[in-house]
Amino acid sequence: MSLELFLLLAGALFCVGLFGALTQQSIVMLMMGLELMLGGVILGAGAVWHYVAPAAADGQVLIVLAVTAMALEMAVGFAVVTALFRSREVDMTDMAAELKE
Amino acid sequence: MNVAVFWTLAVLAVVSGVMVFRFDSMARATFSLLASLLCVGGLVVLLGLDYLGIVIVLMMTIEMAIMAVFMVMYMMNPAGLMPMTMMHNKKGAAVVCGLVFLLLAAGILFAPWPARRGKAPADPTMDLGMSLMGPQMLTMMTLGMALFATIVATVVLATRRGRYDRLGDDLRARRADDPVRGGVGR
Repeated sequence: MSLELFLLLAGALFCVGLFGALTQQSIVMLMMGLELMLGGVILGAGAVWHYVAPAAADGQVLIVLAVTAMALEMAVGFAVVTALFRSREVDMTDMAAELKE
Repeated sequence: MNVAVFWTLAVLAVVSGVMVFRFDSMARATFSLLASLLCVGGLVVLLGLDYLGIVIVLMMTIEMAIMAVFMVMYMMNPAGLMPMTMMHNKKGAAVVCGLVFLLLAAGILFAPWPARRGKAPADPTMDLGMSLMGPQMLTMMTLGMALFATIVATVVLATRRGRYDRLGDDLRARRADDPVRGGVGR
């Protein structure tokens, strides 16, 4: 195990999540991609804490920040889906974009 | 031992991460994402951050359970009984993601990483707590405000009829405009 291996894994998770966020049409699936990206960020922050600066707590604080961002993203995402679905019966990104015009 | 655990969790995390976007069933995709994030939690424990690892595991379990409920509520084909794809711009996204990964990997492999400085404290959880309640207090307060704003925003977004719908724009209506009589406004 080394810093590079952990960061490569984090990068892989981030890119898989990015692929999902870019391709998925359903809004909830798109949010899953964002969650995976944040999972990569968490892993990267943990690895940097462990291998570069274990004496400072900043890496841990970054993880707390990412976990909170995950929770907020999910809560607001579901609220937006609920509002969109209620007003327009829409649950896909493309349909939401079309109805804007 | 640690190396074996690392590789197992790493392969599982990436494979189940990829499977999220390959399953037909959205419920299955949710649990695949849960598996991937649980592996991330396990790896964080492996790095010596027991508390944060357990927090991630617990949070993700609950979060994905809620997500599965929303999946079944809103999405078509929750059980995956018929094959389907709901993707757009697959090729472009694959190119973008490949390039981003290559860029990240190049940065990771060629950057002159600094040597390990200092030693991990005996109790990292204590260290985190002291940091959040001390020098990182501003971070903690910002997170608290963000969480509170989220509570308000989600309730506002998700409510069907607020008080302005019931009592008019200036809240001066003498009688609440409710679809069903007999509520609080009568």
